[in-house]
Amino acid sequence: MSSTPQLANLAVSETGFVFDPSTGATFTVNATGLVVLRALRDGASLTRIVEQLSEGFAEASRSARDEVLDFVQLLRGHGLLGADFEVTS
Amino acid sequence: MSARRAAPRVVAVTGMNATDNPAPGVGVLRSLREGAQPGERHVGLAYDALDPGIYARELVEDVFLLPYPSSSLDVYLERLAYVHERVGLDVIIPTLDAELPAFIAAEPKLRAMGIGTFLPTREQLDLRSKANLGDLGRRAGLDVPAAAVVTSVQELARVHERIAYPFWVKGVFYGAKLVTCLDEAISAFHKVVAQWGVPVIVQASVAGEELNVIGLGDGEGGLWGAVPMKKLMITDKGKGWAGITIRDPALLAVAERFVQVTRWRGPFEVEVIRDRAGRYQLLEINPRLPAWVHLATAAGVNLPRAIAALATGGKPAPVRDYQVGTMFVRISIDQIASLEDLERIVTAGEIRRGEPADSRPLAATEARTEVHAA
Repeated sequence: MSSTPQLANLAVSETGFVFDPSTGATFTVNATGLVVLRALRDGASLTRIVEQLSEGFAEASRSARDEVLDFVQLLRGHGLLGADFEVTS
Repeated sequence: MSARRAAPRVVAVTGMNATDNPAPGVGVLRSLREGAQPGERHVGLAYDALDPGIYARELVEDVFLLPYPSSSLDVYLERLAYVHERVGLDVIIPTLDAELPAFIAAEPKLRAMGIGTFLPTREQLDLRSKANLGDLGRRAGLDVPAAAVVTSVQELARVHERIAYPFWVKGVFYGAKLVTCLDEAISAFHKVVAQWGVPVIVQASVAGEELNVIGLGDGEGGLWGAVPMKKLMITDKGKGWAGITIRDPALLAVAERFVQVTRWRGPFEVEVIRDRAGRYQLLEINPRLPAWVHLATAAGVNLPRAIAALATGGKPAPVRDYQVGTMFVRISIDQIASLEDLERIVTAGEIRRGEPADSRPLAATEARTEVHAA
């Protein structure tokens, strides 16, 4: 899997406030979203991202895998990931 | 010709209106205040006694009312000569589109009086006019939305054959209305003509993100500095009420290309749409600083101070770095104004709020006060 320059350039704060310097757009993500976003930026695999969620959040659901994929789709929708971006298993 | 000083001491700025469709003057003055030398004075040149910038005592020491430049260039110049006699102007920074032709025409006379400006030539001004934007786009290799110049309702009625609805109906200086049918187009046409006359520009509507760049051309094809901005909130008049500086090298390249091709001298604002394919469509080039000029200053690029220096023969080093993510949110406040200021501007057409210690003698001010008191 490869990250995208767009994702790498994001300014992400501890509070989950995200600023895209190339478009001026701002977003907020919750605590789990923050983990996923950072993991994607680091090039983590889907399996590793799910592991991180399970380690960090006791209530991580069994459907975490699908939720991460939904989140990736959301990032694509906002132009933060390229249309051709695929997270590896 | 008077000798030029590299560091201007008295800088005048026009455009003191600061309503929900603000002129740039107040932002320019705020920028000039930053890094001002001791003894430097800032003069507001206003067209209406209730222009809010007149009453911003922390920004302007002196204010003078001007006649409209469209009335008579001679009368306009006479008034500027009077202001010069009173306060000893080093630089004037005009900020309104409608007054630029007058200042450009008057530039040699102003220079002879010892007043510096940093403006484009008349030819450069015309190159970027809305009516000539298509030609400029072709010359500079920049994409421009389809446009037509119309002077009558009959022409307007047929323009949809070339440009599909919805499209923008724009005045030659200001004003833009998005219209979806002929009735709306005719209404917008008459409104624009009543305010700004003909021609009227019809421009295709392009879907995408609107972005702006403020910049300063050095007159030799180089860009002194530029800052791109994305509007975060837009008023019902289409004016940015909040915005943020962004990192966009491709957009800066549009500004660079513009100054390179035109050898633009002076400030400008480029307005583009980044369409869904990521292309930049050039909407307008304003031949002046925009009202959001102080955002660029806050981001580290103080264009008004550079203009003041360049206008007096200085060579300030170009500034290309700026802080991405610098944000502005405009505010409407009830500025408390002095009744004495209103009285002076209404009755005498000028306000002088005291002299710095190293400036001219107070005699002139006292004389005016006596006349006024009489």
